[in-house]
Amino acid sequence: MSVKENVVSWLDDRLALPTIRKVAAHKTVPMHRYMVFYYLGGMTLFFFLVQVSTGIMLMLYYHPSAQEAFESVEFIMTTVPFGWLIRSIHSWSANLMVFFAFLHLCSVFFLKSYRPPREITWISGVVLFLLIMAFGFSGYLLPWNQLAFFATKVGTDIAGVVPGVGPWVLRFLRGGDRVSSATLSRFYGWHVAILPAITFVFLVVHLALVQMKGMSVPAAAEDETKRRTPVKFFPDFALRDLSGWIFALGVLAALAALFPWELGDKADLFAPAYANIRPEWYFVFMFQTLKLVPGGEILGIEYEAVPIVLFGLGGLFLMLIPFLDRGAARTGRSPFWSIGGIVVLAGMVVMTCLGYHSLVPLYVVGLTAILLLIFAFITRGPREVGR
Amino acid sequence: MDAFADSFNRRRLINWFLGTSFGALLASIVYPVIRFITPPRVAEASTNQVEAAQTDDPDLAQKGFKIVRFGAEPVILIKATENEYRAFSATCTHLDCIVTFKKETPCIYCNCHGGTYDLTGRNIAGPPPRPLTPYKVNIVAKTIVVSKA
Repeated sequence: MSVKENVVSWLDDRLALPTIRKVAAHKTVPMHRYMVFYYLGGMTLFFFLVQVSTGIMLMLYYHPSAQEAFESVEFIMTTVPFGWLIRSIHSWSANLMVFFAFLHLCSVFFLKSYRPPREITWISGVVLFLLIMAFGFSGYLLPWNQLAFFATKVGTDIAGVVPGVGPWVLRFLRGGDRVSSATLSRFYGWHVAILPAITFVFLVVHLALVQMKGMSVPAAAEDETKRRTPVKFFPDFALRDLSGWIFALGVLAALAALFPWELGDKADLFAPAYANIRPEWYFVFMFQTLKLVPGGEILGIEYEAVPIVLFGLGGLFLMLIPFLDRGAARTGRSPFWSIGGIVVLAGMVVMTCLGYHSLVPLYVVGLTAILLLIFAFITRGPREVGR
Repeated sequence: MDAFADSFNRRRLINWFLGTSFGALLASIVYPVIRFITPPRVAEASTNQVEAAQTDDPDLAQKGFKIVRFGAEPVILIKATENEYRAFSATCTHLDCIVTFKKETPCIYCNCHGGTYDLTGRNIAGPPPRPLTPYKVNIVAKTIVVSKA
């Protein structure tokens, strides 16, 4: 035996590598015309990994206190070699992660991939999506600029509006009655320790379930899947994933270099909110809804609590879809749920357009659809067998 | 007697003790944790009045308003007419943003969600549920003094 063979067999005995190799060799991915959607989850994972690595790098220079936070981010942007790049990548990748997580969620919803036996995969996915939003919200405060300050004031006050537990949650989130240095410490803790720990658990469960249950095949593509030879996960599909990731890295680097993320002005606790202040794009539909609700009270509950509680219930409802959509569970089809999903999505797009006073959000939706079509063409795979 | 012995045998007793001691253990861990993560109430130096500005303050003359620190609270001081000043809590009653003053309308306005108040602090448009809390304004030899109403 050569040295190499010796090393390999030594490792095999200790790491159960043959089992892993066998599993990897058996895993296949079905081929059909919707398979472009199989890449979205992996793409979200890629941006998450970018977030973890750039986030750890930013931690080396960041100071989580009201006195130093803004200056330390300024230092990262202006003095630390490539600091501007790392911070911009972190910000851009955060946005792209939310975007791809949402696309992934939509594709799973419309292809009904949540139907049995994948209910828990769906629930863990929705939890991961909410965790990503929590990452976005907590990370937003860290540069301690004007936008961060007001976004956090409003966001935490929203939690305080919820009847019952609201006031406790508000003080718990803020670390006191007001948004202050104590809030920054807490949000930093959430952003770099608590949320990553929770996310890790859910991510492991989510990925393990995807491996165990295999890829879901939409009802409309079942015949096609039977006709076509599935592609091996390793190395074929993994390489396809990888080429997508390399493409994404290129896009990310270009965005970060050409459109570096702004820092804005340092938070001033005694300055009015500036004109046209608005949260990140993924919160704009909620922000716009809150703007449209008039002031008033009914039975001691303020009107603004109504949309806030409804958004919370909406999240819960989203999680329970696999158990409510019986049609999809039986036949794999449930047109009314699809129509409902389209109506909700359209509502979100309209609200976002209103929030920006512009049609750009609509163009983004159109552009995304075109890009998905192009990628569906690129990744369509070998010709169907027997044609 | 037999039925009682069946329902309350030694194993069940031991399980009951184990279960409750586990519950007690859990409670003795969870309670301090919950108390720890709930921020303590810190006493703040109470403020009853502040010297907000001079009557010839350039900010007041130009923009018609000034945000003043009243302890930890922001207070908006506005120049309603040439010789009349008013002060209100600058915290929007909707979702906690800091309001500003629109000289051209004139009104007190919140840029976050478009809440609008008139010059008496009354909420007149947009989402705010309540009027702004008024503060008392006195002028003592060119100094504008804001105090709790």
